[in-house]
Amino acid sequence: MSAGAAGAFGALVRRDLLLAWRRRGDRLVPLAFFVMVTALFPLGVSPERAVLATLAPGVVWVGAVLATLLGMDTLFRSDLEDGTLEQMLLSPLPAPVLVLAKVLAHWLVTGLPLVLAGPVLAGALHLPAQAQPVLVAGLLLGTPALSLVGAVGASLTVGLRRGGMLLPVLLLPLYVPVLTFGAGAVAAAAAGLPAAGHLYALGAILALAATLAPWAAAAGLRISVA
Amino acid sequence: MAWTFLTTRGLDGLAARWAPRLLAVSALLLVAGLYGGLVLAPTDEEQGEAYRIIYVHVPAAWLSLYGYVAMAAFGAVALIWRIRVAEVLMAAAAPVGAAFTALALATGAIWGKPMWGTWWVWDARLTSELILLFLYIGVMALRAAAEDPRAGARAAAILALAGVVNVPIVHFSVEWWNTLHQGPTVTRLAAPAIHPAMLAPLLVMAAAFMVYHAGAVLLRARCLLAREPAAALAEEAA
Repeated sequence: MSAGAAGAFGALVRRDLLLAWRRRGDRLVPLAFFVMVTALFPLGVSPERAVLATLAPGVVWVGAVLATLLGMDTLFRSDLEDGTLEQMLLSPLPAPVLVLAKVLAHWLVTGLPLVLAGPVLAGALHLPAQAQPVLVAGLLLGTPALSLVGAVGASLTVGLRRGGMLLPVLLLPLYVPVLTFGAGAVAAAAAGLPAAGHLYALGAILALAATLAPWAAAAGLRISVA
Repeated sequence: MAWTFLTTRGLDGLAARWAPRLLAVSALLLVAGLYGGLVLAPTDEEQGEAYRIIYVHVPAAWLSLYGYVAMAAFGAVALIWRIRVAEVLMAAAAPVGAAFTALALATGAIWGKPMWGTWWVWDARLTSELILLFLYIGVMALRAAAEDPRAGARAAAILALAGVVNVPIVHFSVEWWNTLHQGPTVTRLAAPAIHPAMLAPLLVMAAAFMVYHAGAVLLRARCLLAREPAAALAEEAA
């Protein structure tokens, strides 16, 4: 990465974090959604300890996936509306680097709170304590991958009027591997089995997403803005 | 000149000539394959007559993957060389592949009821086939949502390519997760574990489906071209 691109990366992350801070209320919606969805399961299924402990890995991960999805539509929308996105694409800086910066800032604001809330919610669902570190490690590896893949979907739908409606249909099939490995890791750890294999797979998915998704999202933005 | 099919007009002519021929050949192969599979092939020792649904189910499942790869390949050509014809072919290939996926799922469920005692299990192969159908639906929905058909096709092409990366990962992730479906019996590298008398009609059916795929994609491409405004065609011809 050249010095100019590195500078732009840092400046863009700072700008997006500042914008998020100025409008803090908006950015907490995915977190509130995560908490509420999780709270629906004891109400809808059963408040029994044994039932909830079985469901906990899946419920927390499905909640995290849906909450990430909910936040994805905001990734590029305001920048498209005020013309910033167009300027970014017109600039000589490599667009994938700018996309990566936006995704990083977005993950820090919407993904990281999910990672922090995950163990609290899992504890409320009586997930065994020995599975908690695996849950946090899985969320730390999995939610950035969800944000990166989500950026591809967001880049393709940002120019559409019904884009927000379409996004889940595009992204949920792409989110399946992260969900199965993430929830699988927690379930394995809860059963006293080694979970390292699942976590390695999540790490591999994150590496793959970090390598390919910024390019795909940059190509998608060029189509959406044109 | 051989490359004229790369223009919309050329593709239209090509499709007008070849779609009926391909569909006719596919109908002949279909009759032969179904006769071979439903009448000539021997009864299975364990599964009785019910196994005969494989003559639809297995080729449909093959074509569901083949159709996705074909769609993504057209998408890649459309993105890399910006060839309009490839955009149209990609858009035409999506519903055909989705139909094969739905057919594979439906015939699998019909077979599963007598064999496994249930219409549906959350098994690795079934689940990845279902997710493949979701991917097809996403590609079709994204293309349909765009106001500019060309931008919609290119956006859908990016999604199709993201799906190509994803399909093997989905396959392995759900394979670890749960497996009940029997392993491959035809496509493994050793000698097929299926009797030649049962295999032959299967291959004829696969050929029939493949030729149908080509014919149906060309026919749909013609319909898509016919729907485009005449001005766009004139602009290209000028």
